[in-house]
Amino acid sequence: MAVRSPEVRIWWNEPVARGELLWIFIAFLWGLFMFFMMIYWHINGNQNLSTETYRVKPDDFVAKVESFVEKYKVGEEGDTGVPVVAPPPGSDVYMLARLWEFWPVLQLEKGQSYRLHLSSADWQHGFSLQPVNINIQVHPGYEHVLTITPTETGVFSVVCNEYCGAGHHTMTGRIRVVESGAGR
Amino acid sequence: MATASGELGIIGGIAARFRTCPVTRLRVDLAAERLIKANAVAAVVFLAIGGLMGLLVALTRWPAVHLLDSEAFYQVLTLHGLNVLLFWIIFFEIAILYFASAVLLNCRLATPRLAWAGFGLMVMGALLTDWAVLQGDSSVMFTSYVPMQASPNFYLGLILFAVGALVGCAVFFGTLVIAREERTYEGSVPLVTFGAITAAIIAVFTIASGAIILIPTWLWSLGYIGHIDTLMYKLVWWGMGHSSQQINVSAHVAVWYAIAAILLGAKPLSEKVSRTAFFLYILFLQLACAHHLLVEPGLSAEWKVFNTSYALYLAVLGSMIHGMTVPGSIEAAQRRNGYVHGMFEWLRKAPWDNPAFAGMFLSLVMFGFIGGISGVVLGTEQLNIMMHNTLYVPGHFHGTVVAGTTLAFMALTYLVLPLIFRRRVIWPTLAKWQPYLFGIGAAGISLFMLGAGTLGVPRRHWDITLSDAILSFDFQPAAYLMLGLNGLFALLATVGGILYVLVTVGTVLFGEKVTEENALAALGPMPARVAEAGGSAQVGRHGGEGLVHLPGTYVLVGVFFVAFALYYFVNWKYLSELWPIS
Ligand code: HEM
Ligand SMILES: [Cu+2]
Ligand SMILES: [Cu+2]
Repeated sequence: MAVRSPEVRIWWNEPVARGELLWIFIAFLWGLFMFFMMIYWHINGNQNLSTETYRVKPDDFVAKVESFVEKYKVGEEGDTGVPVVAPPPGSDVYMLARLWEFWPVLQLEKGQSYRLHLSSADWQHGFSLQPVNINIQVHPGYEHVLTITPTETGVFSVVCNEYCGAGHHTMTGRIRVVESGAGR
Repeated sequence: MATASGELGIIGGIAARFRTCPVTRLRVDLAAERLIKANAVAAVVFLAIGGLMGLLVALTRWPAVHLLDSEAFYQVLTLHGLNVLLFWIIFFEIAILYFASAVLLNCRLATPRLAWAGFGLMVMGALLTDWAVLQGDSSVMFTSYVPMQASPNFYLGLILFAVGALVGCAVFFGTLVIAREERTYEGSVPLVTFGAITAAIIAVFTIASGAIILIPTWLWSLGYIGHIDTLMYKLVWWGMGHSSQQINVSAHVAVWYAIAAILLGAKPLSEKVSRTAFFLYILFLQLACAHHLLVEPGLSAEWKVFNTSYALYLAVLGSMIHGMTVPGSIEAAQRRNGYVHGMFEWLRKAPWDNPAFAGMFLSLVMFGFIGGISGVVLGTEQLNIMMHNTLYVPGHFHGTVVAGTTLAFMALTYLVLPLIFRRRVIWPTLAKWQPYLFGIGAAGISLFMLGAGTLGVPRRHWDITLSDAILSFDFQPAAYLMLGLNGLFALLATVGGILYVLVTVGTVLFGEKVTEENALAALGPMPARVAEAGGSAQVGRHGGEGLVHLPGTYVLVGVFFVAFALYYFVNWKYLSELWPIS
């Protein structure tokens, strides 16, 4: 019994039943498969998170986003006063996370790639793009650069999914995707 | 008669007061027994508090009910995580460590005074942290990610609690040394003790990580340290936080083996295989802090892939082995007990009306199917992009730590009451239904949180209508449905939890005393055994002996494997449809 010492003192010489061995073998192979699946996806998959990251002072990042907004601002989102920014395809685009908003609203073109820079001005936040369901952690002091390519047009939302204090459930942002060429 | 009062005698070389257990014939050190009781009682108290908080959280997340205001919600959610995940589970685990060392090894407990000091520290620490959160300025969640800051007492309480738990581990290891030196057992330690050793080794590692990060954070909250790096904090914090989940896995797997042994006379199919599986935990479970860092900036993909998969999924291999050998040893025992017909007579005629067995088997099945499969999917580097910080995450760990660990510990309680508290369970009918109510409730909350997470619903979020946000967003109606169902099943789990607390407290206070005569009956319904308790003549020298075939178990693990593989590939398919990112 498992609550008593093994009766066979030299238990490591016991034979192991064939069914048990077979299961261990299958489970081991499955583990190997799942391990190599991740590597395979790095080589052949289209959804891999970039590891390109720079240290940045939160204030410097805020300044960068502000000058980005100034440069490409095309209007405001409804009557919210939040700027809408339409950067050229292929360019570097910025989104700032801070208590409690993602700023500014980005207007991107379908099928075009953008280098998205994410960082926080204060605490950690969670960039959760809905309803696409891409989720990325945002840290203050780290500027994370990833390439994204929208494949559908429409209005997409960013919902903060890292608890960031009293206003966490009011923290959202927006990405608009328009037909290629329509934004210019 | 040695059961009712203690006798002075020699146990483990030194004079100690002990009694002889009428069921197992083991000598039980009364000092160890008192400590087991104290830790178990503290555990149940914290479960009652934390479970209630869980209900309040679930009712708030049920959009139609939306019970608490936002400030109270985040405060109660912080309390929920702390009281159930840390306090309930770790107090219970300390009780298990003392049981698996002093009682199972027939030995006296090392330094009971020190053990009481550790217990006192844990109680003080838990109360201090809870008190800090109740003040309202420490609603930082149990993870307390910097730079969000709690009051210094929040961290101090956790540090005291951790030191107390470390003392408990030291007493456990001391007891092992005494038992070995004074030869209170023969050969190797029992498998259950081996599992407990696994848990304790991992505990020491994780508590060290905890100290490395929480002590500077405490100093930071006091103003002595200027800055703590957010990524470094998370990396070290999860060195504690994730590995400490492996303590739970080791502990509840040991509990599965123990219950199967005590109720059914089950022996491990092979000591070698089961022990190796535990050993894999020690080797690899200390990885996997990357599970919480897969979509973090600044960490290399190579490190993520290696760490998240526990090298090559070798610790998952350990769990998959236990997932076969536990039901396998039950099938083998039941076949020897005479239930040989067909593929599943052994399972059908298992003592389903014994809450210890029912809870144990439900825990085994749900841990594997819900917690295990969702955990591997969630922990796959790229798949995590679709799930990080959504309700998928709490969905996963309510499958592991509620449906798995908590239910297993509840099941064990129905044996601890007669064996250690020496009281017969009162209200056996309520006790009989308890594991089903709690188990189905726990399965429900896990599955519906997994479902809501798949639809993108964030975790730790007061209002998914986002009505106070400047830029609105509407989650799909199915998400609301999931949260409503989650609320309903939370009610069911709560009823199960309340029954557990009632039966446990009632039994401790008013239960009929267990005597020499009714001791075996007090363990609840058991299948007739060919070999009676302790007698091993017909059991064979090891669990797998003479058995070529365990068809029922093969079918169970086959179904498990197919479900696992299908769900795994479905998620890759979903991923491939996501916007390309690189
Ligand atoms: C009556 C039983 C329980 C119910 C109804 C329940 C329900 C919930 C709900 C709805 C959440 C919130 C998810 C979110 O908004 O992010 C949650 C979080 C959590 N639960 Fe439970 N739970 C129960 C029991 C337990 C138990 C027994 C444990 C541990 C052993 C546990 C551990 C946790 C943890 C660690 C969290 C995460 C807290 C955080 O995000 O900081 N729960 N629970
Ligand atoms: Cu936020
Ligand atoms: Cu937030």
